[in-house]
Amino acid sequence: MKKLMIGNEAVARGIYEAGCKVISSYPGTPSTEITEFCATYDEIRSEWAPNEKVALEVAFGASLGGVRSACCMKHVGLNVAADPLFTLSYTGVTGGLLLCVADDPGMHSSQNEQDSRHYAIAAKVPMLEPADSVEAREFAKAAFPLSEEFDTPVLLRMCTRIAHAQCVVETADRVEPEPFPYVKQPQKFIMTPANAIRRHPFVEERMKKLAEYAETSPLNRTEGESSELGIITSGTCYQYVKEVFGDKVRILKLGMVNPLPPKKIASFAASVRRLVVVEELDGVIETFCRSLGLEVEGKNLFPPIGEFNQATIAKAFGLEVPEGYTLEEPIPVRPPVMCPGCPHRGLFYVLSKLKLTVLGDIGCYTLGSAMPLNALDSTLCMGASVSGLHGFNKATDGKMQNRTVCVIGDSTFMHSGMTGLVNVSYNDTKSTVIILDNSITGMTGHQQNPTTGYNIKGDPAAKVDLEALCRAIGIDRVRVVDPYNLAQCEEVITEELAADAPSVIISRRPCALLKYVKAKPALVIDRDKCRSCKRCMKLGCPAIHMEDGKACIDATLCVGCGVCEQLCPFGAIQKQDLAKGE
Amino acid sequence: METKNIMIVGVGGQGTLLASKLLGNLLVGLGYDVKVSEVHGMSQRGGSVVTYVRFGDKVYSPLVAKGEADYILSFEKLEAARYVQNLRRGGLVITNNRETDPMPVITGAAAYPHDVLDRLEALGVRVDQLDALTLAEQAGSTKAVNLVLIGRLSTYFPEIPEEKWLKSLEAVVAPRFVEMNKTAFALGRRAK
Repeated sequence: MKKLMIGNEAVARGIYEAGCKVISSYPGTPSTEITEFCATYDEIRSEWAPNEKVALEVAFGASLGGVRSACCMKHVGLNVAADPLFTLSYTGVTGGLLLCVADDPGMHSSQNEQDSRHYAIAAKVPMLEPADSVEAREFAKAAFPLSEEFDTPVLLRMCTRIAHAQCVVETADRVEPEPFPYVKQPQKFIMTPANAIRRHPFVEERMKKLAEYAETSPLNRTEGESSELGIITSGTCYQYVKEVFGDKVRILKLGMVNPLPPKKIASFAASVRRLVVVEELDGVIETFCRSLGLEVEGKNLFPPIGEFNQATIAKAFGLEVPEGYTLEEPIPVRPPVMCPGCPHRGLFYVLSKLKLTVLGDIGCYTLGSAMPLNALDSTLCMGASVSGLHGFNKATDGKMQNRTVCVIGDSTFMHSGMTGLVNVSYNDTKSTVIILDNSITGMTGHQQNPTTGYNIKGDPAAKVDLEALCRAIGIDRVRVVDPYNLAQCEEVITEELAADAPSVIISRRPCALLKYVKAKPALVIDRDKCRSCKRCMKLGCPAIHMEDGKACIDATLCVGCGVCEQLCPFGAIQKQDLAKGE
Repeated sequence: METKNIMIVGVGGQGTLLASKLLGNLLVGLGYDVKVSEVHGMSQRGGSVVTYVRFGDKVYSPLVAKGEADYILSFEKLEAARYVQNLRRGGLVITNNRETDPMPVITGAAAYPHDVLDRLEALGVRVDQLDALTLAEQAGSTKAVNLVLIGRLSTYFPEIPEEKWLKSLEAVVAPRFVEMNKTAFALGRRAK
């Protein structure tokens, strides 16, 4: 069958065809769809884990249990899963294990631009990097036998432009290998010092064998005959190089980016007069070439920042690029915003009104940092709001604790916020933690999580009781508010900040985009009552704008949440039936 | 055939992804090599969104660089202007003439440049504008703006028969919305 597929669907197809039995992942753009597509295959036990570390450990356990397993995450997720990864490199596998990691050059939806190839080098495991959906399927599939042959987890590096770009992929049937029978192997799988000391030489030996494999593997191929310019490249950069040069230059296209093949690279270098490495982010391949004593160019021509395209390549080689049209005056930017009816908006309005210091976290609610709410002071990584608040309150000896809170989403709280809350309780600060419970993992496109009561397939599942969990952790003051009720939010937040004890406020209302959340009729503005005070504009709601000097609500966008109605001192914002009745 | 480049631009949530899905399906069916590139995540929350559709004998890059787009299909005026740097000399902008205020305009930090399409034309850009929202409403849903615009785009490809477009529409649209979307497509295709 031939089908137009995004790279992530193609990876899922490769995982399926390879007979993989278990996949456990945590959502993160641009990796999320891989696991969602896997969940459409009944043969694969698919799940959302609470975080990437748990996910990789589940994949490890499944491999130990004798079947092929997989695990997907975004680049920063691998920081969380790095702990199991580095020792998994020592234990190796039973069933083949694929760890797919998606980088985000250009930071379309990420907080940093880290290059995952460093993990493959540091953990001493092989890494494959596809250049389109066709290779995404092939490489994902090839990773499993490679993993079993060399007794190693295999990393598959995706990036935004592979993960979310479509091309036509030809599929094959699934072949499910017989599970390996379980055999107890303490020396391989119990990583006490005595055993790990014996496994480390195996790891070094394995990497040598893999480097030999890389010399002849079809994953790495040479194209073109020119002896003038030679380009070493991989992944999406290969496509940009081909777009510019076609068959006119000699190319070493690397499908396996760790370990690199020294002999193949040296002989390629010898066949060309000028050697250039084209790679996004860090100069990993270039550094390797230098270690071989080769004269090579790379980061002198290309930035270590952002994503490339064909024009980046053409310009670096001094070629002409087409000119577009340029408007002289700049036009207003259009940043992402919280949706109309977003339950986070009301809460952020109150935090902003009270002029609190707010430590933020990772999710849709990071948008609370934008104007006009301007409600956040920090965003670091998953879970850092809670632990950061504790540190902040320690640093200020509690002097700012009644003016400082943190906000964290339900899924992020499950991911790594709850351990921070344990620390708040155990090491005793009077911190005020706000959990923004919108009953879904929002920013990545509505994934279920342990607090929603549903699993990845949408079937009912055990539901973590957030209030009971917080109390069990040792937080006695647990309050629940409705973020659509501004007065209630303000009252409860003020009380909890004043309390001489740690507290958790759960701001609970489902994401307005969830299918079961029914929109109410749009609100309307009584133009006679509107005095143009613009108080409603302080919400930053995309459904409200000024028209002919008065506030105006866009009926196609408004979901009738009623938050703006509470702000209007003149009663100009009304429900439709009320307006009609007058 | 040399590679042709179409950019679909708009505001997150306007249905640009369905438009690119339809185009991708159509072009694969016509036997072209096709690449479609989109961005998910953060930018879908009401931000500026762009999808690249490239087709030809052999397509390598999934991206359209500056000055390379043959067509920019825009769901909103300001977005047409934002990406005009990507339009090739002599390329065409097809745009909905609807204005959706971005947050800096809503907060009063910036003004919406209502004459932005005139400014594009002053640069020598060919602009085909239509009131896609009104046509979509006529078809039965404000959400059908995407099919109105696709209908208009289809008129610039006289070599592709209408039934091929409609077949792709059926392939990517949920069955219960097919008729409404066909009406929207027809209104866009026949609009003056």
